[in-house]
Amino acid sequence: MQENNALFDTDFSSVFKDDPAETLISVKGLNFFYGKHQALFNNYMEIKKNRVTAVIGPSGCGKSTHLRVYNRIYELYRDQYATGEVLLDGEDILSPAADVLELRKKVGMIFQKPTPFPMSVFDNVAYGLKLHYKLSRREISERVEKALKSAALWDEVKDKLKKQGTALSGGQQQRLCIARAIAVEPEILLMDEPTSAVDPVGTLKIENLIEVLKNKYTIVIVTHNMQQAARVSDYTAFFYEGYIVEFDKTENMFTKPQKKQTEAYITGRFG
Amino acid sequence: MKSRSLILRKTSDKVVKAVSILAAFFGVFFLAWIMFTVLKFGFKSFSLSFLIEPTKPYGVADGGIANALLGTLLITFGASALGVPLGLLGGVYLSEFAKNSKKGNIIRFSANVMMGIPSIIVGLFVYTLLVYTTKSFSGFAGSVALAIIMFPIVVRTTDDMLSMVPNSLRESALALGSSRWRTTLSIVFRAAKSGLITGVLLSVARVSGETAPLLFTALWSDSWPTSYFTQPTANLTVTITEYATNSPFEQMHIKAWGAALLVTLVVLMLNIACRIIFMEAKHARK
Repeated sequence: MQENNALFDTDFSSVFKDDPAETLISVKGLNFFYGKHQALFNNYMEIKKNRVTAVIGPSGCGKSTHLRVYNRIYELYRDQYATGEVLLDGEDILSPAADVLELRKKVGMIFQKPTPFPMSVFDNVAYGLKLHYKLSRREISERVEKALKSAALWDEVKDKLKKQGTALSGGQQQRLCIARAIAVEPEILLMDEPTSAVDPVGTLKIENLIEVLKNKYTIVIVTHNMQQAARVSDYTAFFYEGYIVEFDKTENMFTKPQKKQTEAYITGRFG
Repeated sequence: MKSRSLILRKTSDKVVKAVSILAAFFGVFFLAWIMFTVLKFGFKSFSLSFLIEPTKPYGVADGGIANALLGTLLITFGASALGVPLGLLGGVYLSEFAKNSKKGNIIRFSANVMMGIPSIIVGLFVYTLLVYTTKSFSGFAGSVALAIIMFPIVVRTTDDMLSMVPNSLRESALALGSSRWRTTLSIVFRAAKSGLITGVLLSVARVSGETAPLLFTALWSDSWPTSYFTQPTANLTVTITEYATNSPFEQMHIKAWGAALLVTLVVLMLNIACRIIFMEAKHARK
């Protein structure tokens, strides 16, 4: 695998040559460790503003691990750590000086399983808001409504705002989590297999939502589903055993992959 | 090959089943017996005056146990005020900040050991610590002793209940920019609420029947518990001991039964409350 990585270009100018969007996140030489076990090797990646970047690859290849570095959520676990540089707006988020609470205000995250808090629908969305902003009760209601509308959930829950968030359906719960994340007004939304626990109808709603949300937010989505990656993303990174094997425009990746492993994976020969 | 007798195998199966059923009922039988006896004798002394009048000196026939009831409430409340917050915080440390760490494991082990310390030792410890030094028995000393017994119970149940909250919930709150303590307080505690309440109630139930630690600390008295911090304070369990073992008067024996019934009912109700809260939470989660 080492040779493979050496072959991999760390200069993305050819990938981005037709795209005027500015770079929001720039990953340089990222390594990640679970205790002594290294899970990511020398990752280079660039995330463009207002674009959807998909991260694909077989199970255990480090997709989620890579994503979880962007908001340093891995720090919850004492033996996990990252080395290298991850620049967000030009500042290294891995440096000890970076404030993790500020970082997480900028970088929202949606998890694999919907995780509504044990409180009402309204309070779920208001939770993050109240953490970061001093608002009157009226402003909070307005922002909650706005967030729920942006998450395409308002019409379904406007009459049950006081109901427990856990009482909603799986797909609704996931959109509630999206509303909760965007209520804080982040710049980036990280989505870690957001539809893997959601039924097809709910999946469609969330995919349509991603299409709309990218006008306002930058989205990085980890997915197992290659059709999903092809449908929703502008750029795709293919991960294999902790290395980024290929990174390209989504259309190029799925029509003319450059690397053998990428081709094998997207044509379904393994994974 | 010779086959073994089918009848013998079936019979032995039935015998083992019957014996294990008997064994299970054996325990329940004693519970029923105790309850029946306490009810039968205790009920005789139950009256309004029993519940609102204080105990009287030896040889005076009338009087109730109201001062002891009030004293027990006071001592238990004091113990909870000391033991519960500390226990909750200790449990939070174990579950949220020292998970899988060496330090955490040592503390968890210590809490387990602490739970096994005989309560009379705790009583003696507090006697030397507070009673001997201040030269006075007091209700407060009793509370301290009971708090020491409660502490490891609350620590362990809190640790267990918080550990049952899935990490995805913590991650979601942290990912929104919530700090560690706020996540613990507003999300993890809320998710584990019924379990935490159950743990606290169980610890209260456990100490409200304790006698030995109070013998060395709160002692007992015939007056109303007006000087909780400085004077011996009446309480139900030591009153039972005193009346049942040291008094020659039939009247007092009956009162001891009454007090025993009261303690039993309180502990029983606390346990039932725990069951109900826990069952409801289980139901709501489905």
